[in-house]
Amino acid sequence: MEVRVQNIRKEFGRFPALNDVSLDIRSGELIALLGPSGSGKTTLLRLIAGLESPTEGTVYFGNEDASRKTVQERNIGFVFQHYALFRHMTVLDNVSFGLTIRPAGRRPPKADIRKRALELLDLVQLSGLEKRYPAQLSGGQRQRVALARAMAVEPNVLLLDEPFGALDAQVRKELRRWLREIHDRTGHTTVFVTHDQDEALELADRVVVMSKGQIEQIGTPDEIYDTPNSPFVFGFIGQSNILPVRVENGQLWLEDRSIGVSAPGEADGPAQLYFRPHDIELLDGGGCIAGIVVQTRRVAGTRHVELDIGTANTKVEIELPPEKATSDRSRLAFRPTRWKLFRD
Amino acid sequence: MAHDGTASPAGSGNTELVRVATSEHRLARYGLIAAALTFVALFLVLPLAAVFTEAMRNGPGEFLTVLSDPETFAAIRLTLLVAGIAVPLNLVFGIAAAWAIAKFEFKGKAFLTTLIDLPFSVSPVISGLVFVLLFGSHSLLGPWLQSHGIQILFAVPGIVLATVFVTFPFVARELIPLMQEQGTSDEEAALSLGASGWQTFWHVTLPNIKWGLLYGVLLCNARAMGEFGAVSVVSGHIRGLTNTMPLQVEILYNEYNFVAAFAVATLLALLALVTLVLKSLLEMKYSAQIAASRRH
Repeated sequence: MEVRVQNIRKEFGRFPALNDVSLDIRSGELIALLGPSGSGKTTLLRLIAGLESPTEGTVYFGNEDASRKTVQERNIGFVFQHYALFRHMTVLDNVSFGLTIRPAGRRPPKADIRKRALELLDLVQLSGLEKRYPAQLSGGQRQRVALARAMAVEPNVLLLDEPFGALDAQVRKELRRWLREIHDRTGHTTVFVTHDQDEALELADRVVVMSKGQIEQIGTPDEIYDTPNSPFVFGFIGQSNILPVRVENGQLWLEDRSIGVSAPGEADGPAQLYFRPHDIELLDGGGCIAGIVVQTRRVAGTRHVELDIGTANTKVEIELPPEKATSDRSRLAFRPTRWKLFRD
Repeated sequence: MAHDGTASPAGSGNTELVRVATSEHRLARYGLIAAALTFVALFLVLPLAAVFTEAMRNGPGEFLTVLSDPETFAAIRLTLLVAGIAVPLNLVFGIAAAWAIAKFEFKGKAFLTTLIDLPFSVSPVISGLVFVLLFGSHSLLGPWLQSHGIQILFAVPGIVLATVFVTFPFVARELIPLMQEQGTSDEEAALSLGASGWQTFWHVTLPNIKWGLLYGVLLCNARAMGEFGAVSVVSGHIRGLTNTMPLQVEILYNEYNFVAAFAVATLLALLALVTLVLKSLLEMKYSAQIAASRRH
């Protein structure tokens, strides 16, 4: 189901957690709310769920105003970071819970509930574990039970709060891929909160980058990574270098040298140049940024080279293919191939 | 030799084995165990045994005759009645208070938490006097109560009130830290799945706290049956009417009726032992579940 958040404002006491946030979530979409802690992403998720109520603004489920509905009436599925499984119930009872507590009129027959719960356990690959208690499962298994439990009520929207936050790196990666598969198979509109950019970029159809209670940028993972629209997004997503430059007649200057990058149409004046370590080309000389190698590190398939470019003690990191041998104190010259200018 | 650290087969036996880091030398271990056991024997087992032997001094026949004395019998009945009223009241109150304090933020929360501890921090005698001041014939409420023929002091209602007051904190104290530790996400999960407030409480909250609750109730019950100070002030010591078991023990003792006094004391001690044994049995039977309910 389509979910629209309109001009939402939320204050805790006098502290604003969200400030005029609007967001359209398309039906069947897998969307990530990404941001550092304190950015308001979890608050936004809980507002959509109805676990918090907004100070101002509206949440629409389809064309219906859901703001006045309680969490029970919204029919959502919520998955918590620490699973929140009912520890005194078996896995099967946990998954069936949402259906068994329905009032007699809307409750499916017992056999149907059981069948549905077993189907869901099969979907999350936990067949055969239905008689176990949560304490007898691993973290990854528990989170899968939590997901099955949330899906059992056929929710309008599936909301996941840092679903992999409590798991170790290997399990995280596995579950990430697996969640994408489940989403593609079931087609639930899904919103998940994460502070892990890899998770957001790998998993989501669209990523919502948040900071200080506001949305910084909404876009596909490619858009977010390749064309960040603010210094915050550029700095928060991936690695980046920042250089203080000057624009003169459409050319970029670093102190007294032209760096061979033209920015046609840019007004003259000081600016900050942002570029990613891998968006560069090595040069032999001419208009370029030159520096002395301070340190090199081999990280998986690339070599990270730290350069001292002599300008106000600025260090720049670039990524090179590992076969490109460099030694300390040697000189390297390069030019950014993809970059962005931001002005204060 | 390269293997000096571990015991060689030809060595002098397992005393050469490297000790586990957290375990002490054998002598220290046995010394500590012996000290603890001596202490328990001296201060718990010996007095208890003395009470039992004193009660049985003239044989079990006399023991039973003493207990079937009408006044003693009335005291036993009154004690059970008072506990039967006070414990359920404080059970409900304790859950409500713990729920409010652990799961919600509101003004005056710290004050309420302190207030719950009040009965623990004042002497039971004062707890009794509070009710005398409140309901006595020279108090504000006294004349009005008298004119309507309602007897609170020196009657069962006063004893129940004093007992409720004294045993007030047991259940709440037991539950508050437990519920705070468990947080609210289990409840939120249930609500998000469509459960009503009552269903959430019944199917999620209550099972999560049941072991803490049971423990709180047992402690509350033990104190309700054993309370002396507060009850002594408000009871009036009317034989066969307003004497609970602890009061009856005192009266019999003051009359040099040692066998009877110790017989009632034995019964009181047995009630306490039974509740403890009950608790241990339950814990043994459901140990796996208890462990699971404490885990996250």
